[in-house]
Amino acid sequence: MASEPLHLAVALDGAGWHPAAWREPGSRPRELLTPRYWTELARTAEAGLLDLVTIEDSLGLQSHSPFQPDDRVDEVRGRLDALLIASFLAPLTSRVGLVPTVTTTHTEPFHVSKAVATLDHNSHGRAGWQVKVSGRAEEAAHVGRREITRASAEELTSARLPSALAALFDEAADVVQVVRRLWDSWEDDAEIRDVVTRRFIDRAKVHHVDFEGRFFSVRGPSITPRPPQGQPVVAALAHRREPYELAARGADLVFVTPTEQRDAAALLADVEQAAADVGRTGEPLHVYADLVVVLDTATEPGAARLRRLDDIAGVPYTSDTTVFTGSAAELADLVAAWQAIGYRGVRLRPAVLPEDLDRIVADVVPELQRRGLFRTAYEATSLRGLLGLPTPVPNRYAVGATGLKGRSR
Amino acid sequence: MNAPRKQIILGAYLGGVNHHTAWWHPEAGSQIDFSTFEHTARTAERGKFDFFFLAEGLALRERAGQVFDQDIVGRPDTLPVLASLAAVTTHLGLAGTINATFNEPYELARQFATLDHLSGGRTAWNVVTSFDAFTGQNFRRGGFLDRSKRYERAAEMIDALRTLWDSWDDDDLVVDQATGRYLGRADAGSFSVRGGQFDIHGRFTVPRSPQGRPVILQAGVSPEGRDFAARSADAIFSPYGKLPAAAEFYRDVKARAARAGRNPDDLKILPSASFVLGDTEAEAQERYQEVRGQQITGQTAQILLEQVWNRDLSGYDPDGPLPDVDPDPDAPPIIQGRAFVHQDRFATVARWREIAEAKKLSLRELVIDQFERGPFVGTPAQVAEKIDDFVQNDGSDGLIIGSHLVPWGLDEFVDQVVPLLQERGSLRADYTGSTLRDNLGLPPLPRRCERRTEGAGAVV
Repeated sequence: MASEPLHLAVALDGAGWHPAAWREPGSRPRELLTPRYWTELARTAEAGLLDLVTIEDSLGLQSHSPFQPDDRVDEVRGRLDALLIASFLAPLTSRVGLVPTVTTTHTEPFHVSKAVATLDHNSHGRAGWQVKVSGRAEEAAHVGRREITRASAEELTSARLPSALAALFDEAADVVQVVRRLWDSWEDDAEIRDVVTRRFIDRAKVHHVDFEGRFFSVRGPSITPRPPQGQPVVAALAHRREPYELAARGADLVFVTPTEQRDAAALLADVEQAAADVGRTGEPLHVYADLVVVLDTATEPGAARLRRLDDIAGVPYTSDTTVFTGSAAELADLVAAWQAIGYRGVRLRPAVLPEDLDRIVADVVPELQRRGLFRTAYEATSLRGLLGLPTPVPNRYAVGATGLKGRSR
Repeated sequence: MNAPRKQIILGAYLGGVNHHTAWWHPEAGSQIDFSTFEHTARTAERGKFDFFFLAEGLALRERAGQVFDQDIVGRPDTLPVLASLAAVTTHLGLAGTINATFNEPYELARQFATLDHLSGGRTAWNVVTSFDAFTGQNFRRGGFLDRSKRYERAAEMIDALRTLWDSWDDDDLVVDQATGRYLGRADAGSFSVRGGQFDIHGRFTVPRSPQGRPVILQAGVSPEGRDFAARSADAIFSPYGKLPAAAEFYRDVKARAARAGRNPDDLKILPSASFVLGDTEAEAQERYQEVRGQQITGQTAQILLEQVWNRDLSGYDPDGPLPDVDPDPDAPPIIQGRAFVHQDRFATVARWREIAEAKKLSLRELVIDQFERGPFVGTPAQVAEKIDDFVQNDGSDGLIIGSHLVPWGLDEFVDQVVPLLQERGSLRADYTGSTLRDNLGLPPLPRRCERRTEGAGAVV
């Protein structure tokens, strides 16, 4: 195996990432809300020894545009809460990481903290969290406690976001910070069950977090004891400076999106710059490249599949990241090249589910294994362990602990 | 009997953050590990229980400003546990308490609808509200709810969730691969809710779930609470586990449901109950006395009384008389984070003093006497008979059963009492429906819902 093992994540979303995925003969569009569908996807990922699956989510209905709602009736609409899907999958899987998307903008950090902690307990240390900021006006109207003005395309592509939008990322960084503090608010050995003194806990080992920030305050401690991983894995998808900085301030993993305009090497430099700008120390951010994959099948090349999907959709597919078409060997070449310049892994977005996930597991994984780039058996029981993140994680509140490096403020 | 026997509804609760749960028992298991919840839920399903019920915590309790350490402390998050349980059970209903104060309708509606999809229609929501600023310190929203607004909040929350759940029709998902039509209408999921508590609109993300609307549970004792539950709940948690008080509550609430225009049979009344079994009645009584003595230590007794006195009572001998001081209602609460509302502390103390005087009870004995939950104690045959009599005499429509021993205690009930209830014809031999609503005997919802644009605000 190469010096640094390669990590493979898969992003699960509905019938797949191509808008016409649900029209494919092999897709199962009537089952997208069923437990069986999600169970089979997760078990397939686990059979392929993948590091983790992410599950997409948002506090609004899907739309074709990344910035505003629509009233289309020809694409998949409607989805389930990702954290609860992951919780459902926890007892049905044993090794694969479960990383649901949870929005930070309208949710309660206390709820998010105990929910991800419980996912970690129920999965015996396989939980993660994909942090998502919501800047969409319609999602704010769904929750109703604040207004968010719809940003223009120009504003969203300018060098610096408008301050109101930028503040949402600062708020998300605070959410990550307070969630991490709540995870640490119980020391690992706080529960003592001392029958003689009739004390269930040693209360010196359960801590108020007393977080007071610009956007909210949370006292703590959590109601849920420290999760098995200590600190479940925090990930964020990022395309520009503010989310890079959010990731650099609080995440373990960042998913970036190489394109022709900004290639994989340039993105690594962007992430590094963001880490320097926010003064991140300790474990560096693990950078993963996102990639939509339309893989060759036994009967049809990936490029032909994509053309067919595009014909059905009526327009060529555009994505925020590279759309790969080709064979498992070609994908392995690309992934190996990215790994060589510093990527820890890739997060593959199957264009069609379950087809492209099946191809990843049946074709891409063996190809990477042949090249000595990917594991042939799960080598750790926790997600942090699989990903090569430091374990165990010191508790910032434990006497004598140095705390999580780079997280103190 | 002339009338057909009522079928007993059974729920199972998992003992948790209170002095009843015997964490000190050598066989007591984890309160956190999923295996505890899985074992209890599987046991309940083996006993053909209707549902498993999980309470909620939003703040660790504190006494005099310090985290409470005497009873069990800590628990996992309710909804993720229920979602995990959905994966390891097939018929059991999954009920959870979720606070209407510290959640917002859109998120809560999608969580319960998701759970309903993942479980194939087995979800129930126990609606509670809280208004204490102590709990509010854990939330960005803060302790913003005035106590007088708690029924408004609960009513508008229920109405908002029903509006959201009804925003998708059964036939909105066309999913025709040949024609490319996924949605039957472009505005599927559209909703608007306006009231004193909420002003929200847009489109809901979760298409209609198997039950349409998850089952609604509530607790209500005050006249206002009873009316509220009689109007809006599918089942009520009754605090009365003994006849005749239980039957009085039962008649009263069913009558209120009828006055609200509902079929009283569509509102189920369910007290919680524990049990202690023995091979003989004497053995059962002995076990019960032993458990009770362990549950109420001297210190536990002091702390339970501190909630009423609102004073530090640690200096009073548990084996001596009741404290001779008066309650201090104006001091900051000594116990925080526990739902415990006293309308009149002085009256309670005066009553307890009379009881202690009359029965010659020490402080600790008074607590054992007054905080008694009245478990069913006896041989399995006696317990089965008592439970059946209680339900057949309209003490309730069923019981929510829990054991002081987590997670193994329920096994005894399922192995020894359930078969006897089945023999008596009061408990089904197998599940009859696929959804919780079916199993509870609740009326089916109309397949096509009447969509409302002005949801909340009607019931205050």
